[in-house]
Amino acid sequence: MSVSVDRDRAFLDAIDHIAEEHAAPNADAVDREARFPVETIAALRELEGLSAFIPTELGGGGIAFETIAAACFELGRRCGASAMVYAMHQIQVVTIVRHLEDSPWFEDYLRLLVAEQRLIASVTSEIGTGGDMGRSVAAVTPTPEGDYGFEKQAPTVSYGMHADDLFVTLRRSPDSEPGDQVVVLARKEQIALEQTGTWDPLGMRGTCSPGFVVKAAGLGGEQILATPFSRVAAESMVPVSHILWSHLWLGIATDAFDRARAFVRAAAKQKPGETPPTALRLSHLMSELSLLRAEVSSALGEFVELSDEPDRERLSTMACALRFNNLKIAASEQAPKVCQGALGVCGIVGFKNDTPFSVGRHLRDTMSACLMVANERIHQTNASLLLIAKDV
Amino acid sequence: MTEEIRQIIKDHGRLPIDADTLAANTDLPQAGMTSHASVNVMLALEDHFDIEFPDSMLKPSVFESIASIEAAVSELRSRVALS
Repeated sequence: MSVSVDRDRAFLDAIDHIAEEHAAPNADAVDREARFPVETIAALRELEGLSAFIPTELGGGGIAFETIAAACFELGRRCGASAMVYAMHQIQVVTIVRHLEDSPWFEDYLRLLVAEQRLIASVTSEIGTGGDMGRSVAAVTPTPEGDYGFEKQAPTVSYGMHADDLFVTLRRSPDSEPGDQVVVLARKEQIALEQTGTWDPLGMRGTCSPGFVVKAAGLGGEQILATPFSRVAAESMVPVSHILWSHLWLGIATDAFDRARAFVRAAAKQKPGETPPTALRLSHLMSELSLLRAEVSSALGEFVELSDEPDRERLSTMACALRFNNLKIAASEQAPKVCQGALGVCGIVGFKNDTPFSVGRHLRDTMSACLMVANERIHQTNASLLLIAKDV
Repeated sequence: MTEEIRQIIKDHGRLPIDADTLAANTDLPQAGMTSHASVNVMLALEDHFDIEFPDSMLKPSVFESIASIEAAVSELRSRVALS
């Protein structure tokens, strides 16, 4: 992975600007109205931020993975939903880039993504699989016209109505076992979406993630990623998801902490010479935040180290699966804990939704973390892996 | 050894098909072996052959087929024999 320090720094500066000028001022409206963060995503398109990770040979920004993670953190500090949309799109982009295997169709697709700043949503969850991403009901199905189609019942598709293209897990064929999966990149004009529910959730409201029946037709065989999904998931999609999500959860928690600190400072200024009682609680809160920060940053470092190795297969080992599963569990539990601690520091002005110290949105947004691939399901997987894994 | 491995897959792999029909290089996940079932197969292999798979071997490519399992078990047994 080649890192151009100047280019990456300029990109992050631009992301900071978008976070401050577009994400922050609209965050409350996006949350209140449960609407898509159109301003932030438009600004990210303007920056060519949707293609930032795509290699320069394909016209992309050539930005390092660590910088993409830092961008998710920065956006998360200002608007959790904006950061989540950006992170989820990047998960699909990173996955495609890492498993291109010289596919001309996917290379052309990435060039098109650069030119048109196309937004990709993923359709991995499915009704009838019990929340197990490693199984599918819907299958890549040959059509009488000689191409392929599918119909998938998805309980949630984040920003499905706002996406240009969908990255969909499916059984390889109608005869395949539930675990024999592939990923298909379906273009907007090949898809029909039928919304199956409403979207009025507790948090992450701007991600606009109701259920859909997703129907596709006219798919070419070259739109199926050659690498089986089990490998794509282990080597890329799962660790990348957990890393980018945890960065934005850290971002949200960091802003909640910053608001609590601002509250304590304001109290200290009112009574110079005295340390306000809330300062002690803030100190406890800092310990909790630093635990979260340490876990997120060490996981990123380990992933980048393994990705640089010629043998990326090490990411498929059980030890690695446990490592990144633990990141997800730890970060998704710790982030709302920090936000709740910030609420404890700020008291009623934190509880109210219209003060500079409001942390209700932060708390609600981070409470979604434990549901995004339910923690109990991850614990079940870990429990099974622990029976055989040695050095964990 | 192939038949011992086949028997273990039969007992613990929870395959939707008859394990006797598996070729040496049949892809086990594609044949319907779930990741949970594969953990049970690994445990049974360790018990039966009195070996321990190191973490570096606990990856899908090692447990992809009867042939790849046989190669891994043979390697571990030869390590034991040498030590």
